[in-house]
Amino acid sequence: MSEVLVVTSGKGGVGKTTTTAALGAALASTGKTVVVVDFDVGLRNLDLVMGAERRVVYDLINVIQGVAKLPQALIRDKRIDTLSLLPASQTRDKNALTEQGVARVIRELRTRFDWIICDSPAGIERGATLAMRFADTAVIVTNPEVSSVRDSDRIIGLLDSKTAKAENGERVDKHILITRYDAARAARGEMLNIKDVLDILSIPLLGIIPESQDVLRASNMGAPVTLNDPTSAAACAYSDAARRLIGHDVPMSVPGERRSLLDRLLGRRAA
Amino acid sequence: MSFFGRFRSRRSAPIARERLKVLLAYERTTRGQFDLLAVLRDEILAVIAKHVNVDRDQVQVTMDLGERVAMLEINVEIPHSAMALSAAG
Repeated sequence: MSEVLVVTSGKGGVGKTTTTAALGAALASTGKTVVVVDFDVGLRNLDLVMGAERRVVYDLINVIQGVAKLPQALIRDKRIDTLSLLPASQTRDKNALTEQGVARVIRELRTRFDWIICDSPAGIERGATLAMRFADTAVIVTNPEVSSVRDSDRIIGLLDSKTAKAENGERVDKHILITRYDAARAARGEMLNIKDVLDILSIPLLGIIPESQDVLRASNMGAPVTLNDPTSAAACAYSDAARRLIGHDVPMSVPGERRSLLDRLLGRRAA
Repeated sequence: MSFFGRFRSRRSAPIARERLKVLLAYERTTRGQFDLLAVLRDEILAVIAKHVNVDRDQVQVTMDLGERVAMLEINVEIPHSAMALSAAG
């Protein structure tokens, strides 16, 4: 059975693309076949974060318009052979993304992959609604910050009303992934804590990704953080989240200041 | 700034939490009306499109929620060329 997962948030800059790449690579590392699909037509970036920007020939819009066949547009990852990328178009009009076209591509991807991870653009316009349209599962990326939490709430409303599942009377399986979390600031009452965010949004927690320099380093290198620095706190948190997605019961740990300091010391010594 | 003033300003998370709770309680009750606007927009556009060739983006439907009444405002921009065509047809 294939699973269509949308990584969404409403707000921009919270870590959707980083999360798509990191979860995609972590799931593919478990032996699952995974494709990550960029829905941000006109502002594609998943190719860059995955380090495949120079290998893009055809894209999602080309496949929708019949200019290219799906296998021609898929880019196989050089590090993990069970991981592929379907890039977005950088130049074309967003209106080229049609519901029927996306439905056909998703149907075809379902026959080839265990996991289809759709990287949603920010906002609630066509790209974002089509990215979530055929999802079975949603990961809502949220920063512990007021505007991000508000936008997540809005996206949850859309997941419950505008998806194919919702229209069939079913439910999209929703999860919150809290990113850029600073446990020390939350403990001092300077940042919303995990309980605050979960109380407000009332959605189960998939994982807590700490604020981390490893994330920027990985995107600089063009590698998902789970591959670039697998022992880092951020990568471990993403790997745990990926294992929860495939049904493993992984205890939730809050990446705290003490642990991250210890990790940093151990990480440096091991490297 | 006094010691307590400084302390209070640092613990801003509880303020964020309360503001969000109040705001989202309101936004969740009005969420259905956003859908109503989308439906109205689509249907109004379909009726206009039967007679005049209009650009989707040039139709704006907004609702202003007052204390006792709500005001529905519909703005349709029709280019001269579309008017001329429909007059001729």
